Amino acid sequence: MNHNTRYTLQCPIPKTDYEHILLAHGGGGKLTKQLIDKMIYPLLGNEILEQGHDGAFLPSMEGDLAMTTDSFVVDPIFFPGGDIGELAVNGTVNDLVCCGAEPLYISLAFILEEGCPLDDLWKIIQSIASAAKSAGVQVVTGDTKVVEKGKGDKIYINTTGIGRVIAGMDISPDRCSEGDVVIINGTIGDHGIAIMTEREGLAFESTVKSDTVALNGMMMDLFSELPEIHVLRDPTRGGVASALNEICHSSGTGIRLIEDLLPVTGGVRGACEVMGLDPLYIANEGKILVIVPEKGAEKVISVMKKHEAGKESRIIGRVTREHPGILHLETCIGSTRIVDMISGEQLPRIC
Amino acid sequence: MLKHIDEYRDKKLVETLVRAIAATVTRKWTLMEICGGQTHSIMRYKLQDLIPKEISLIHGPGCPVCVTPVELIDLAVELASRPGVILASFGDMLRVPGSQHDLLSIKAKGGDVRMVYSPLDALEIAAGFPDKEVVFFGVGFETTAPAVALTIKQAHLRKLENFSVLVSHVLVPPAIEALLQSEHSRIDGFLAAGHVCTVMGTHEYEPIAKRHKIPIVVTGFEPVDILLGIRLCIEMLEQNLSGVENAYARTVRPEGNPEARKLLQEIYQPVDRKWRGIGTIPGSGLGIAAAYRKYDAQLKFELQEVEAKESEICMAGKILTGQMKPSDCKAFGTLCTPEKPLGAPMVSTEGACSAYYRYSRIARADP
Repeated sequence: MNHNTRYTLQCPIPKTDYEHILLAHGGGGKLTKQLIDKMIYPLLGNEILEQGHDGAFLPSMEGDLAMTTDSFVVDPIFFPGGDIGELAVNGTVNDLVCCGAEPLYISLAFILEEGCPLDDLWKIIQSIASAAKSAGVQVVTGDTKVVEKGKGDKIYINTTGIGRVIAGMDISPDRCSEGDVVIINGTIGDHGIAIMTEREGLAFESTVKSDTVALNGMMMDLFSELPEIHVLRDPTRGGVASALNEICHSSGTGIRLIEDLLPVTGGVRGACEVMGLDPLYIANEGKILVIVPEKGAEKVISVMKKHEAGKESRIIGRVTREHPGILHLETCIGSTRIVDMISGEQLPRIC
Repeated sequence: MLKHIDEYRDKKLVETLVRAIAATVTRKWTLMEICGGQTHSIMRYKLQDLIPKEISLIHGPGCPVCVTPVELIDLAVELASRPGVILASFGDMLRVPGSQHDLLSIKAKGGDVRMVYSPLDALEIAAGFPDKEVVFFGVGFETTAPAVALTIKQAHLRKLENFSVLVSHVLVPPAIEALLQSEHSRIDGFLAAGHVCTVMGTHEYEPIAKRHKIPIVVTGFEPVDILLGIRLCIEMLEQNLSGVENAYARTVRPEGNPEARKLLQEIYQPVDRKWRGIGTIPGSGLGIAAAYRKYDAQLKFELQEVEAKESEICMAGKILTGQMKPSDCKAFGTLCTPEKPLGAPMVSTEGACSAYYRYSRIARADP
């Protein structure tokens, strides 16, 4: 097998002997090799990955490193606006970005369920390749395991990422200070609602699409300006409310959100009204919260707005001395309430 | 739809109503909102902070999850633990503690417990798994009862023999009557639950208002709706008027929804029902009528209710009858939190304790 054969991203599934994943695909023998040779290397191959060792040798580099890991178990694996493969790359890339780092390398580990259609796996690998390419990261090592039918759910993916910390960046939740403002790069709740409506078969006026996207392009551009950024956080599971609650707890400062400034699409609002959910608690996969001193906010927003992922960047709240350690919200009618940490799952209301 | 909602969350309209209420009120009044959805809206928008201090809002028993007796949750837990049974329920019920377990922990132990958005989804599960018994845990007030009734009727028409319902439906008017008869009652007026009246209409409240000489104002759920209800109720109280008024006329007609009421009459019959934390209220529940009794899970599985002990610390009964506010409870936020609830009002999205915990742990004096 010539590893250098490159496929286009819409290429048909390479011919293998089976249509579905078998236990032997994770057995380390011939079928594992066939899977890697025919499906992984052609799309994800690079010099480091193709060293073919048990692990990857990475070139030395200057400066501090950042490392993160994340597992992806989303159901369904294909959803409006993306799939589990794209999510697995973007999620880890964005976690590195939130450390103030430039994402460079990721690992890729599959846990596949016996019987998973190879066609689905192929689509996912194509999507991983495409996402890695647009984020400019290399897949440098990986693993494939197969569990018996019923012991998993089609495809689980773990990715671990390594990035180089941008010199001069000092990002930490305890730097959150009175006088800072909270900026977000666009609408909230899209990913979670896209998944929920797909999973429950709910149809609304318009299809809500996941916002999954790698944010390193926009954020590297921002970092190059070396602004005074105090805190970065991607509001994934638990949404904006949970991310900001964690920051309030770590820093001991209060954060006041303004309900009228929260960007929410009509589709997400409508779905939330019907299901009794609050967009502040819904997961995002392409959003970042940037906490900066107010005087630097305008510059940060103008840089972010130059990028597709940041077109709707805006201030949604500010860090306060009042209510230390508590995330609170000025409601649309002018009153103030707490926005608590999410407890358990958001369950749909019953009447 | 959203434009329609925004009109009822309009800041200027809210300010106008608050001013009108302040101009009307001359003394202390205590109003009870019946529905947990209203309680959550009141807490979510901190309406108590906006209205004059003379008006005290106390929170009623209108949280179906909260008033479902612990014995029935134990029955649901027992059913869900049985092999060959799929128990389907609205999400809120899954975390409510029974005397020993909640349904989520049974699910974690391997019981087949499924969260559905509609009882009709449970029927589809029954159609898809003919070799399993599918039981829907039917809780709720007059609002959810028609959907469950429709599902029972559908099961009958489709001859789905493997479907049944564990019924715990409750009715608002007998609860209002019981609250007013209580020696502890300090309620001057009621904000009745708009969506219940959308189904049932307003006529059944008239004798209650007349007998107890109090105003009952049918009220909606958005901030403007609730303030409209409060204004009307305060105007009636200040003028010493009693009776039933409708502040939610955009949805509620006096006769309600005749189709839904007809369905309720066909499928159910009134029964005495125990309310969690309150006790048995005569005629306050709906049971499955004789003609449809083969869909009654309690009969089908020959389930016997075993009297269960409530937590001695939990003040749910006093909370649900408006005698106490959640923040007055010693366990609130310490022994009892949404993660480790002692009682149902801390679990349900409509429970008063949950509303206080989520929205209201900061002082009134806001910047």
